[in-house]
Amino acid sequence: MMEEVKEVTSTLSVDGHNIKVTEVLKDGETLTFLIVSLKLSSTGEYHVDRTYDDFEWLQQHLFSQEDVPGIQGVIFPPLPAKAQVNASAKVMKQLGFLGLEDWQPYSKALETFLRQIATHSILGKNKAVEIFLTSSDPPGRQRVRKNIFNRLSQAVEGMRKEGHKDVDEFFQTERDHNLVLAGGAKTAAERFLDVVQTEQKIAVACGHFSTALHLCVEPGEDLNKQAFSKLCVKLSEVFASMKKNITSVAENNVSTLGLGLDLESRYQEAEKEMLFRRTCKLVELETARRNAEKAKPVKKAAMEEVKKAAETEFDHICGVAKEEIARLQGARVEMLQQALVQWCEKQLLTAKESADQFNQHLQSVRGMAL
Amino acid sequence: MIEVMSMYRIRNPEPTKQRSVCTSSASEPASLPAEDISTNSNGPKQDSLFDDDPEDLFAEATEEVSLDSPERDVLLSDGPSPAITPITPPTSVITPRIGLPHDDMFTHSSFDEIEEEEGGDSFDMHISVSDPEKVGDGMNAYMAYKVTTKTSMSVFKNHDFSVKRRFSDFLGLHSKLASKYLHIGYIVPPAPEKSIVGMTKVKVGKEDQSSNEFVEKRRSALERYLMRTVKHPILLKDPDVLQFLESSELPRAVSTQALSSAGLLRMVNKAADAVNKMTIKMNESDAWFEEKQQHFENLDIQLRKLHASVESLVCHRKELSVNTAQFAKSAAMLGNSEDHTALSRALSQLAEVEEKIDQLHQDQANADFYLFSELLGDYVRLIIAVKGVFDHRMKTWQKWQDSQMLLQKKREAEAKLQFNNKPDKLQQAKDEIKEEIEELEGKVQQGERDFEQISKTIRKEVSRFEKERVKDFKAIIIKYLESLVQTQQQLIKYWEAFLPEAKAIS
Repeated sequence: MMEEVKEVTSTLSVDGHNIKVTEVLKDGETLTFLIVSLKLSSTGEYHVDRTYDDFEWLQQHLFSQEDVPGIQGVIFPPLPAKAQVNASAKVMKQLGFLGLEDWQPYSKALETFLRQIATHSILGKNKAVEIFLTSSDPPGRQRVRKNIFNRLSQAVEGMRKEGHKDVDEFFQTERDHNLVLAGGAKTAAERFLDVVQTEQKIAVACGHFSTALHLCVEPGEDLNKQAFSKLCVKLSEVFASMKKNITSVAENNVSTLGLGLDLESRYQEAEKEMLFRRTCKLVELETARRNAEKAKPVKKAAMEEVKKAAETEFDHICGVAKEEIARLQGARVEMLQQALVQWCEKQLLTAKESADQFNQHLQSVRGMAL
Repeated sequence: MIEVMSMYRIRNPEPTKQRSVCTSSASEPASLPAEDISTNSNGPKQDSLFDDDPEDLFAEATEEVSLDSPERDVLLSDGPSPAITPITPPTSVITPRIGLPHDDMFTHSSFDEIEEEEGGDSFDMHISVSDPEKVGDGMNAYMAYKVTTKTSMSVFKNHDFSVKRRFSDFLGLHSKLASKYLHIGYIVPPAPEKSIVGMTKVKVGKEDQSSNEFVEKRRSALERYLMRTVKHPILLKDPDVLQFLESSELPRAVSTQALSSAGLLRMVNKAADAVNKMTIKMNESDAWFEEKQQHFENLDIQLRKLHASVESLVCHRKELSVNTAQFAKSAAMLGNSEDHTALSRALSQLAEVEEKIDQLHQDQANADFYLFSELLGDYVRLIIAVKGVFDHRMKTWQKWQDSQMLLQKKREAEAKLQFNNKPDKLQQAKDEIKEEIEELEGKVQQGERDFEQISKTIRKEVSRFEKERVKDFKAIIIKYLESLVQTQQQLIKYWEAFLPEAKAIS
């Protein structure tokens, strides 16, 4: 079923900028995502369906490209946490915006993930990407080789190494700045999520009120009773409009700025992980240097080898890292700008539509001969 | 007005038996003798303030009602009367129709005349309650409110005048009105609720937002209370109301414990219980009343649901305001830590926009509350008064039935007297019983009149209630929609201002 990934690199045969996650299907407990990619050479599309496990398969392959020089300097596009039908409260909290609106934002996040990978100068060349996007069969669940991103071991050493002083001012600044941005983005995303969830509560309350008003409608020929009933019906419409308005506002929030803040937050985390890997390599390098210095003549040559290898690798990583950081800067500013512009435009449109609708209701009530 | 007065004079056959249930305090000095305020009474004792004042519109209102206030009557009822077999009222009065010319009802139509006459002097009055001012210190402190009346109506001496009143004054006014009018079928608007917690905070001097909100809530409630009261054509003419609005000094109303809405509710519930205990199976041959009572029961339930719903909405809106403010802060921090200049500026602008939106949320929450929550609350309390009035009608019917029963018994006793063997005592007994029978016949007639009158009044009052309800709700809905439109228009301004900032980023 799974094609042997013999050739590690290849050119992607689809347009990486135009990958779409068009649908999400629920099958019992599993979510399946339909992915459409445009062929580059000819007209036509690839349609594939993938589950979260397939995405993880892809990610694992990308992580395990040991022979690509400086691979550890890559800021890996962040894969969202696993989505589940009937997810626990803890999972939903972790997902944040991505858990809302019936998995639409989640699909968008997966789409962004795929696009970022497909258009990445290093990652996009991995054959796994081609297979993932074009193979009609699921890529398979084969365990991949040792993962350099074994978070467990990193976590244990993390506290010690994370604060390790850097030799390079550029990177030290970047690490400090990244820490601030990561924290800030996470807080902003969480608080914006609170706003959206309260908006949803208000929508529900408006709906209840609107429904309850219908129970006040009184039958009868009495003029005043009829007038009151008319008012109740009208007010019910008003609150239905309010519900529509605030539901729109919440949806706009999620689909633009919400997603944007979420992505920014996850991207800062991804950069943090890259910088940490580099820091670990730095520690390794410094250790290797010390060992080479202190080595007894017998071991000296070997230690020197190790030191040289570490240096080379570290240089590669720094080189890639610098490129990645620059790329990220550009990408995130563009992404946030787009998010803010779309957010503003959508909210503006919603406000105009709502103003119109409320105005209509107002004229209607004013004109009521009661 | 004068014609009506003279009609009263003509129709006043037994001035000595006259009792005014309601006071006319216009001619009395404003001070109430302290001993009048017994713990049982819900208001000043009527009999001590009884007088023959020609101004007293209620001189003929009821002839032989007990001296006690009607509420006290109910509260002190001697337990359940023996179960009475239902006596349907004579068919001629089963379905009293409004405006049916009837000799005995002529005097009771005086109120109708007042209302009709006032059709010419259309309602033109505006009352505002403002400038809450703390007077005194510590636990004896209280809030004084300025009550300003602007009107062109002839019943007032001036066109634009104001007085200072405290909360217990309002409760005192309501208690007087309730004791005068509720038991004859008038829907007296209930006074705002007492609040021990709220007032204690104010007294203790906490100048924080919640005590300010409390004072504002109360101020608004007092204003609505007065407006509702004066919109009632009968209450507007009441001397207590006029004194309340015009007189610079007002005697302190004490014993306000039972005067609040909660007190009124207790009173109504007790009345209802007393009525039920008497096992009244009032044969409601007037379908109108049965239907209306059911209708108000339903309306009560619906309004309470709606009220709860709006309270929930207000709560969420306030929550949204808090969350928006929090988000604004975090956006500001993002802007501060951002290196990219244009993005940094846009993020700071974002924070500002969100702060402005927070203010909009607060304004909207206020609109939700002061327009709908309070309107619904007012109507829930109004319906308590409506129910009370229906209960009083039952009580009035019961009284009439009781008199009728007693009369029957006396007649039977009279018949039995014929077989008395002591001729010398016979005549005396006959005379006595004849007197008693005459008295009871009078009571029965009065009872019937009272019942007809209260039924007629209630019909009018309910019609008025339903008319006012439409006006009230329409006015509030319009105000609310205006606030909604305004909010959206503000948002449009904010978004239009922000858009170029967002576009300018790259």
